[in-house]
Amino acid sequence: MYNFLTELTGNEIIAAFISAMLPVVFIVPFVIFGVLAERKVSAHIQDRLGPMRVGYHGVLQTVADFFKLIQKEDIIAEGADRKFFNLAPYLVFVGSYAVYAALPFTSTYIGSETDIGLFYIIAVSGFAVAGILMGGWASNNKYSLYGALRSAAQIVSYEIPTALVILSMVMLTGTLSLATMSEMQTAYFWNWNIFGGAEWAFTKLLLIPFMFIAFIILYISTLAEVNRLPFDMPEAESELVAGYSTEYSGMKFAMFFLAEYGNMFAVSALVSVIFFGGYQSPFGYLGNSLGLQWLIPYEQLFWFALKGILFVLVQMWLRWTLPRVRVDQLMTICWKYLIPYSFANLIIIGLITLL
Amino acid sequence: MALRTEELILNVGPQHPSTHGVLRLEVELEGELVVKVKPHIGYLHRCFEKHAEAMTYPQVIPYTDRMDYLASMYNNFGYVIAVEKLMGIEVPERVEYIRVIMGELQRIASHMVALGTYGLDLGAFTPFLYLFRDREKILTMFEMTCGARLLYNYMWVGGLSHDLHPDFVRLAREFIQYFRPNIVELNNLLTYNKIFIERTAHIGILPADTAINYGITGPMLRASGVNWDLRKNDTYSIYNRFDFDIPVGQGHMGTVGDCWDRYYVRVLEMEQSMRILEQALDQLPEGDINSALPKRIKPPVGTVYQRVENPKGELGYFIISDGSLNPFRVKVRGPSFVNLSVINELSRGHLIADLIAILGSIDIVLGEIDR
Repeated sequence: MYNFLTELTGNEIIAAFISAMLPVVFIVPFVIFGVLAERKVSAHIQDRLGPMRVGYHGVLQTVADFFKLIQKEDIIAEGADRKFFNLAPYLVFVGSYAVYAALPFTSTYIGSETDIGLFYIIAVSGFAVAGILMGGWASNNKYSLYGALRSAAQIVSYEIPTALVILSMVMLTGTLSLATMSEMQTAYFWNWNIFGGAEWAFTKLLLIPFMFIAFIILYISTLAEVNRLPFDMPEAESELVAGYSTEYSGMKFAMFFLAEYGNMFAVSALVSVIFFGGYQSPFGYLGNSLGLQWLIPYEQLFWFALKGILFVLVQMWLRWTLPRVRVDQLMTICWKYLIPYSFANLIIIGLITLL
Repeated sequence: MALRTEELILNVGPQHPSTHGVLRLEVELEGELVVKVKPHIGYLHRCFEKHAEAMTYPQVIPYTDRMDYLASMYNNFGYVIAVEKLMGIEVPERVEYIRVIMGELQRIASHMVALGTYGLDLGAFTPFLYLFRDREKILTMFEMTCGARLLYNYMWVGGLSHDLHPDFVRLAREFIQYFRPNIVELNNLLTYNKIFIERTAHIGILPADTAINYGITGPMLRASGVNWDLRKNDTYSIYNRFDFDIPVGQGHMGTVGDCWDRYYVRVLEMEQSMRILEQALDQLPEGDINSALPKRIKPPVGTVYQRVENPKGELGYFIISDGSLNPFRVKVRGPSFVNLSVINELSRGHLIADLIAILGSIDIVLGEIDR
């Protein structure tokens, strides 16, 4: 994409700029859709209607909320550390936005065709911790501080099982590049990693149960990394009011919000790339059978978005069904269960790939 | 050189999502561990008891509505039978039955709020709305009977403000039919949820002796394994005519008297209330509800103490009459107020998240604590 744009515009800087801005074109509509979907999904789970006033069945509610939020006074608490307080929401957003650079939306569009996409994603998702910690500390509010410290402990802990599962997948596929990983799971859904990858051998059957375990571990830990219920310790509104975002208002609060929804999709897309073929269609492309090659990237974008949104919907479903775990139980789940299991899984998958 | 450390003082409330009103908890924390909890009350004080001295006896009834505003019917109930006892009024059968029906519906409604907000405190949003949806049906029945949904002023000394709506009995029966499966749904969704059990079992254990020492009553006391319910132990009105059980905490999921028990006792009590309701609806006699209404409420000189089993616990009215139209003194023993006093004992050494779970399991209503 970047090369194409360079040729088109003849200027590397403009090409890089356009290339970097493209995910915004995706994220902002997604957030608008995602917030509305969350409200509608929760409403229908809870036997009520949700927003109904703005537009048909409230479809424009998020837009109205957005305009409300930008009109809000930007309040900075008196004792707050202004510099860090102002910086924090943007840092959190950067963390969630930077992930999109390495996500292959289609086989032709990927923000940065780096060979170490997975490694990069694990690295930049740490930005969010810094931002949350910064916001919590700078707010000079005890609830914020508690939320920030919890969040730091939680995200750092849950990165370990995430990394272990990703490592086992790297061992299996032999690549750190998300584009290559998606490429490998081509053609039909039984070639997806969750069904043991594209290689036809007896090890494929052996791998399937361990792939499912790996998927579940990865899904749980990404759920914790994006601070969604049942792991929304940092926000835990019944205990900590709103956690690290307690003192934020207006657009700064909206940035946290944007980052949360951006993150939700990013991790869902990551899970779908690693296990469910990313942009690959589960049963061949319409473009191939019709002989319309130009159609394929659009189909790929459709499948990529669909898989991501499906996992986001599962996240919402869980959120509106389960109670919240306690902070020590959260750590127990991570250190006593997820890490040993993912470690054992890593070794077993390693042995199987050796066969 | 050792670093100097000190406890963190955190003010939970008066504006906090989980204090169920305007309660302020001054919490001493060591990291996330609770060292000491000091409740500060009085943000909702409206001088009910002092006001009552300047009012005539019937004028006090709307004030009782505003104490435990989630169980207004039952507050009326306690007050009117206290005054009737003082005056020696016998009310007609039909009035007694209607009062019991209203009281038990109110108990179910109050427990619905308690259970729903308890789920909310633990992060489960959905059961809360399910229960409020069902509570709506009870409020509709109240509304069609007396026109109000929250503060009824329904029970009068010697009678009632209105007779039942002709549709009431049918609706009440339909409600029972409708609500029984919903309790099963609630149990599947929340009560037996693994995370919910992890959060509540073995948390905030209240042993029976401590409970008695603090004067704890109601579902909280019964959850600690003490079989004490004024409807049976110090019966009033016509409760001795009905066949129902007193659920007590048995420590199914953890220890007797933990948060899960306190939660579950309320679930079971809703079932028992529906049993009473069914019987009362079957036996409901015809008759005039106003035949015993006194022309003038002027009790003789004397004192009376009447206690009833409010959804939250023992609600007592102590009334001194000097023979005039106004009570000389009305003193209320509020269950939430007494039950809240044990919070420091319960939450010491627990995590801050558990403090919220414990506070929710006490089921306080600030309107009655502050009066």
